[in-house]
Amino acid sequence: MRENPYRKDFPIFDNKGIVYLDSAATAQRPYAVLDKERAFYENMNANPLRGLYGISVEATEVYEHARERVAGFIGAASPEEIVFTRNATESLNLVAYSYACSFLEKGDRIVTTIMEHHSNMLPWRLAAEKTGADIVYMLPDKNGKFPAEEISSKITKGTKLVAIGHVSNVLGVTNPVKEIAEAAHGVGALVVLDAAQSVPHIPVNVQELKVDFLAFSGHKLMSPFGIGVLYGRKELLESMPPFLRGGEMIDSVSAEGETFAPVPHKFEAGTVNAAGAAGLEAAIDYIENVGFDFIGETERRLTEILFEEAAAYPYFHILGSEKPEEHSGIVAFTIDGVHPHDVSSILDGDKICIRAGHHCAEPLLRHLGVMSTARASFYLYNTEEDVRFFMEKVKEVRRFLGLGD
Amino acid sequence: MAISSIYSNILNEHNLRPSHRGSTEGATQVLEGVNPSCGDDIFLELRLEEGVIKDASFNGSGCAISQASADMMLDLIVGETKEQALHLIDIFMRMIRGEASEDEIDELDEAGLLKDISHMPARVKCAVLSWRTLKEMLEKED
Repeated sequence: MRENPYRKDFPIFDNKGIVYLDSAATAQRPYAVLDKERAFYENMNANPLRGLYGISVEATEVYEHARERVAGFIGAASPEEIVFTRNATESLNLVAYSYACSFLEKGDRIVTTIMEHHSNMLPWRLAAEKTGADIVYMLPDKNGKFPAEEISSKITKGTKLVAIGHVSNVLGVTNPVKEIAEAAHGVGALVVLDAAQSVPHIPVNVQELKVDFLAFSGHKLMSPFGIGVLYGRKELLESMPPFLRGGEMIDSVSAEGETFAPVPHKFEAGTVNAAGAAGLEAAIDYIENVGFDFIGETERRLTEILFEEAAAYPYFHILGSEKPEEHSGIVAFTIDGVHPHDVSSILDGDKICIRAGHHCAEPLLRHLGVMSTARASFYLYNTEEDVRFFMEKVKEVRRFLGLGD
Repeated sequence: MAISSIYSNILNEHNLRPSHRGSTEGATQVLEGVNPSCGDDIFLELRLEEGVIKDASFNGSGCAISQASADMMLDLIVGETKEQALHLIDIFMRMIRGEASEDEIDELDEAGLLKDISHMPARVKCAVLSWRTLKEMLEKED
């Protein structure tokens, strides 16, 4: 059995002795991120962007440096295209409220998919309600793949916005973003990419993918909670009205009116999360040091082991593709005769952490005809031992409930 | 304490071989209870005669805890007056919040086995679904 050289970087494994298989919900944090956040508070804690004294200037520099780092990480043309938010949900709401609600009109078409996380669905429904635009869902097959016909028949003339997830948080399938973006741009629509499940796992480049907006959360790539990113093409961000109003997003305010700060600060009202941004930068450094090759290889290998073990156990059913390499380390499953919540609670007795429920993707589960599922998801710190122990215990669940073998 | 200790033989027995699953002939009250967040749903049927629960049954789908809890509850309240049933529901709800005494929990018979669910907030709603639904039915009856 190969040792995982990175596991020791994550204090929670020594502290709690858990088998953590819920990284699609949130990743564990390495010392490097925790230390960076702590160092911020210990050495340069002041309100960024406004102070005229030493440590406030330092806090500002750290914050803006993190922005440059994020821009480079996802291939943005300039740091001004990076808006810090709380998380992917806030980023997507920002686009929905500020862009879609301002520029969409009655009869325009928003195309999204039935596979989306609620955070990439409800904001567009709101925008549709407010503007009178129509919302149309692309429907995947049971493996999460969109037939070419589904794309060409839904992304048609009159489509102004296409909002899709990069990697499904249930099926683990990777959507053909480039093809969808091409179809969208062909009819003059913009593309919003929910990259919450992809940015931690694969290299993502906004210019190569040709997306107009992209959203992700820091915490899924090991940063502190409460920091997220919206990428938007500069001219789009410049054309949009502010989302939240208040401090640090204005140029000047008088009794008669106000002028707003240039992008991206126009979208960062209130005191910003500079320590979170610093932590996010440390997380990106950490990921790049580990490398996406190692991350992808680890996830693929562990998923393969899970699939092999599951094949020998007839009560275990995996949602989505039969190919482990098409799961991005995410395996949603059901066990005959057992409710997913019971699976999760019983495994908790062995300190195995998995998710159960509808994974904030209820429309997808309805589309697939399942009420809820359990889900195991892997990240760079998981080991072969983790997945084997999980499968050993999962096979005991039915017996535990008195269902025989 | 791990939540998995909730899954006793008794709970499993109620889940796998419930004595009250089905429907109630001559039911006077029928109500559906739902936990939208996990998709659990339960249909309760009661036959109430002169303030006494003569017979009751449940149907629906959900996790082992929600199903066993419903069956245990019906074991407890069939044959009781409406007032006594409401009294027992009150104890159950307080038990789940960690506020009931040992003597009170004894009154709940096997349903008292669910007292440790109070340590697992995410599962509390599974355990209380049928009790909440029954309370609503009985209070509506007034």
